[in-house]
Amino acid sequence: MQPKILLEKTKFDVTIKRLCHQLIEVHNDFSNTVIIGLQPRGVFLARRIQKELQSILKNKNVHCGELDITFYRDDFRKKALIPNRTNIDFIIEDKNVVLVDDVLFTGRTIRAGLDAMLAFGRPKDVELLVLVDRRFSRHVPIQAKYIGITIDSIESQNVKVEWQESDGKDKITLLDK
Amino acid sequence: MSSLSVNHLLGIKQLTKNDIELILDTAKNFKEVINRPIKKVPSLRDLTVANLFFENSTRTRLSFELAQKRLSADVVNFSASNSSVKKGETLVDTVNNILAMKVDMVVMRHASAGAAMFLAKRVNAKIVNAGDGAHEHPTQALLDAFSMQEKLGNLKGKKVVIVGDILHSRVALSNIFCLQKLGAIVKVCGPLTLIPKYIRSLGVEVELDLRKALEWCDVANMLRIQLERQDIKYFPSLREYTMLYGLDKELLDSLSKKIIVMHPGPINRGVEITSDVADSKQSIILEQVENGVAVRMAVMFLLAGRQAS
Repeated sequence: MQPKILLEKTKFDVTIKRLCHQLIEVHNDFSNTVIIGLQPRGVFLARRIQKELQSILKNKNVHCGELDITFYRDDFRKKALIPNRTNIDFIIEDKNVVLVDDVLFTGRTIRAGLDAMLAFGRPKDVELLVLVDRRFSRHVPIQAKYIGITIDSIESQNVKVEWQESDGKDKITLLDK
Repeated sequence: MSSLSVNHLLGIKQLTKNDIELILDTAKNFKEVINRPIKKVPSLRDLTVANLFFENSTRTRLSFELAQKRLSADVVNFSASNSSVKKGETLVDTVNNILAMKVDMVVMRHASAGAAMFLAKRVNAKIVNAGDGAHEHPTQALLDAFSMQEKLGNLKGKKVVIVGDILHSRVALSNIFCLQKLGAIVKVCGPLTLIPKYIRSLGVEVELDLRKALEWCDVANMLRIQLERQDIKYFPSLREYTMLYGLDKELLDSLSKKIIVMHPGPINRGVEITSDVADSKQSIILEQVENGVAVRMAVMFLLAGRQAS
């Protein structure tokens, strides 16, 4: 099958802006809310959302952290894993946390992310934001609250999310493995 | 490279440069983990590790045990002084009996050089060498390299002098292998009686004058005089040794640049290094201890993650 482009250029931008406005409806000025992006690829989305929120809210105090989940994964020892940087320089105790990842597939990464996050305190409330929801493919009961696009895909397919910052363009593609 | 090229950590000699860099990179992540409010990750929760210490140890043993606990492994401890070794049980028998209780990894310190290698060939578990005689002490060398990297960045071309009892030191040999693989230049300094005869064949220069050695180097690693391993007198007196090879504040301050001072511990204060040097800003002795836990976590994490080939 030819790779299918799911989202790019203007539509990509609009989707991110829409997600930000959905967040603002719930979290107002983000005074009690923090964003945590999951390493490695969720961090790009989290940074983009942080930037967008700061420009919409005209407020530079939107906190955004990076969380690596390698040490919490359940498939450790099944494949070689390289850890990434964790950088959370704020307190999440009693805060509303928005966990951010690019693609929600089996839900296992998010499960590990929830565990990893608890090492930094007990948040008041945790929500999940993803750019792509591959629905009907979950292995654990986890659903996102904020979703960029929802797609139907099968296990032999891959969703590739590219970012301006690392790949030179914003684009989401559905490919065969 | 995302996994080690070896199944056991027997010595630095068996590691490639990529292995060392992978361990040091992973250790950075673990250093961040042990500075969190909750210092524990569940990576090795399904693993049991036995710490077999046939020789005395405080730092290494505690450091390994903390590393194992912070990785959520189950830990059993064993020391030779109150075990059946005293009744004449052989090393392989002892270890096989422990492994029969379903232990996955063995951390061992032993007085005989090559004990870890011997065990790795005979038993079915991952072996981590925590010091074998005067041969190797790989995790110490890795944590020394990690601590130096934190201060100096890339070690390529950096100058390190190892001072003191090179002959009886497993730390020296592991450090030489490790630093050379990372591209650093190593010299040793000490009385000729305490310098192994063939040390130059490792590409290491010998300097007999401590001041010259210190003026040359970026880092000085001061080793302990291992009186317990010295069967004969290697120097006339401790006092004379201290006068010629001890590092005091006066000497340190008189150097033309600020060097980094390291010591693998335990320190004989006033022998190889004076108290004011050990506690000075240039000394990173306590950082070494902190980094030891992170480096050992990295080693065990990477060994456990390696698929059986």
